[in-house]
Amino acid sequence: MDLIVRFLVGGSVVSFFAMVGSALKPKSFAGLFAAAPSVALATISLTVLKKGTQYAAIEAESMILGAAAFLIYACLVSRVLFRKNFPVLPTTTIALVAWIGLALGLRLLI
Amino acid sequence: MLVKFEFGSVRDTQWNEYATRFVFGGVVTLVAGLIADRFGPAIGGLFLAFPALFPASASLIQKHQREKKQRAGLDGAKRGRLAAGLDAAGAMIGCIGLAAFAATTWKMLPRHPLWLTLTIATLVWAGLAVSAWFARKRACSNLNLH
Repeated sequence: MDLIVRFLVGGSVVSFFAMVGSALKPKSFAGLFAAAPSVALATISLTVLKKGTQYAAIEAESMILGAAAFLIYACLVSRVLFRKNFPVLPTTTIALVAWIGLALGLRLLI
Repeated sequence: MLVKFEFGSVRDTQWNEYATRFVFGGVVTLVAGLIADRFGPAIGGLFLAFPALFPASASLIQKHQREKKQRAGLDGAKRGRLAAGLDAAGAMIGCIGLAAFAATTWKMLPRHPLWLTLTIATLVWAGLAVSAWFARKRACSNLNLH
């Protein structure tokens, strides 16, 4: 039941932010919504209810490193799409591996 | 260029595109919770900023821009790729707000109610991301960059 609630809440919040972002112009402004805290908003409430505020605060602290890795990911993707004639979906998907490496690397270092 | 909200884009988006975003969002939220359960909150928290929805969103932006150009009799492939690149450039600025959201939540959550923490953290995200976008826009205009 907990997993179903998590899936439904996550799906709803993420689609809401994605819908708002897709309707905004110019596209660079819409991109702000690509880095909206949608997953965090969906997850933190459920985590606080289930595991308490201290647990959720530790997650939030780690999220700062995840956001730093996202910034580098977005910079990499932006540069590749502007400069190279690479297809969008494979480029953005393969670069997720870089995000995982960066995020875990930062977590180990800090 | 002023910031605009185009209701037409909401209407033009097909139901399967909304369904894709819903499923992606649901799966990412679910997986972030499962990773936290398995590896602890220090690792699980990283995935609260996982850009999992980004590939789907960027490819939808590319598709819409390409179709728009093709309706006007143009190829549209390059325009679609550049639009996705612009989305990524905007996301870079959004990440500053995302980190501020996380820091606000981290500091406030142990001492304040959840609703207040998330409200202020969301306002911090929006305020910082929008201010940074306008500041960059102004700086680019002053330097004649685009």
